Amino acid sequence: MPRYAALIYGPEETDENTPPEVWAAIMAEYTDFGATAGAAGVIAGGEALQDTKTATTVHVKGGAKGGEVITSDGPFAETKEVLGGFYLLDCADLDEALHWAAQIPGAWHGRVEVRPVIDFSQQQ
Amino acid sequence: MTDPLIGPLEQMTRHEGGRVLATLVRLTGDITIAEDAVQDAVVEALRRWPRDGVPANPAAWLTTVARNRALDVLRREARRTTKEGDARLLDELTTAFGEDTSDSMVRDDLLRLLFTCCHPALALDARVALALRTLCGMSTAEIALVFLVPEPTMGQRISRAKKKIATARIPYRIPADHELPDRVTAVLAVVHAVVTAGHHSPAGPLDARIDLAVEGVRLALLLHSLMPDEPECAGLAALAMAVHARRDGRLDAAGEVVLLPAQDRTRWHHDEIAAAAALLDRAVARHRPGQYQVQAAVACLHGLAPTYADTDWAQIVSLYATLERFAPTPVVSVNRAVAVAELEGAAAGLAVLDTVDVAAVERWHLFWSTRGELLHRLGRSHDAVAAFDRALGCAPNDSDRRFLLRRRSDLAGEGRQPA
Repeated sequence: MPRYAALIYGPEETDENTPPEVWAAIMAEYTDFGATAGAAGVIAGGEALQDTKTATTVHVKGGAKGGEVITSDGPFAETKEVLGGFYLLDCADLDEALHWAAQIPGAWHGRVEVRPVIDFSQQQ
Repeated sequence: MTDPLIGPLEQMTRHEGGRVLATLVRLTGDITIAEDAVQDAVVEALRRWPRDGVPANPAAWLTTVARNRALDVLRREARRTTKEGDARLLDELTTAFGEDTSDSMVRDDLLRLLFTCCHPALALDARVALALRTLCGMSTAEIALVFLVPEPTMGQRISRAKKKIATARIPYRIPADHELPDRVTAVLAVVHAVVTAGHHSPAGPLDARIDLAVEGVRLALLLHSLMPDEPECAGLAALAMAVHARRDGRLDAAGEVVLLPAQDRTRWHHDEIAAAAALLDRAVARHRPGQYQVQAAVACLHGLAPTYADTDWAQIVSLYATLERFAPTPVVSVNRAVAVAELEGAAAGLAVLDTVDVAAVERWHLFWSTRGELLHRLGRSHDAVAAFDRALGCAPNDSDRRFLLRRRSDLAGEGRQPA
């Protein structure tokens, strides 16, 4: 079964500026999605991420292993919409993956990017 | 292409090719393998048919030959990789191979291919290129020519799209009922882009554009035949036909652009206009209006008007107002301005034009030339010439540029005449 990553992007301030009752409602939406998609056997994994203020980016200089490690504060790209979490979805094809992705609450609070996961067992 | 060397046989294989390819894609699940196999079959046909005669069922002949080619390729692949997927495919190809070339099967194959090539997960320009490639049998070089893109760029666009279909697994199937409205919209947008590029688009040499226009009509009629109950598909087919029917009036003997008011209407194909109007009437009777039916109605009104002055401008103004609700674009507003100017005078037309967001149209030569014409009618010759200068600054091709230059010098000349 092909696997897709559903990457959930949304506005960063959601975490801090959101009143607790709104936050609770969003969490309830995710619980709902987890129950429905879980019962359908679609969810192969997934995590929610701490906000980008906790992010650290590393880069090894010189384009080869062993170069100087540059560690910088913050996410890879400073954007208005940040990666907040992801699901791994087992779906027969892109249409099915898009069907489920559109039910992730992040799809209406922000956007969900769907990417096929490379299956190394199928690679020669 | 209107290459005199391309004989009727090649024309036939090209048009049968779409149906054959659709079946091969179903069988192999891979557009590239299917394309190569069909290409080989066509080469074989062009070699053998002139000698042996054209078989009774050319599509079935091409399908069988292409199927055998695809089998060869997949067998080789299977030996090389022992890929599980390929083995399964090979199995299906050998055992359950579609001897079924019934109309309903071919219809479903074509629909599946159409929905795959026009999937909203692909960029619109990639969808257009893929559809022209797979369903119209146009070569990458021909598509590149029409869209004024270097051939390698177009090749890359097509191969990226095919790679995404394969890697992201865009399914090869007819969408479920609840998905249909969105998916049909995506398909209509692709066919409309082909139709538009054939007639209004600036790009490419003239005979290539005319060929594209022919493909646009063919694709629109195919879409209508595949989804006869969708009034918007019928509307788009009627639009394509009605616009294409005026092809011989659009250029004069020297190949120069002639605008609608000055066109020789005896050169229009009135039988095609009548057919478009009849098709549109049947679609409208379903009472599910949409932007393509409205555009077709405008095109048919123009086509049926005995002269430019006798055009039913009141109805055209109201149709454009309707269209602004369905698809509010600056292009629609500019068209409404022209119709309003004919109905109520240049000042009223200019007032509509003034409501258009200039930032959205400042690189569109027809916005500026329309503005120039209306200013000219109001006696503001200096402003009119300035507007034509703006139009010239964004003229998309030589024949449009020559037209704008002629018109500009007419206006400038008249402006110097004493009142």
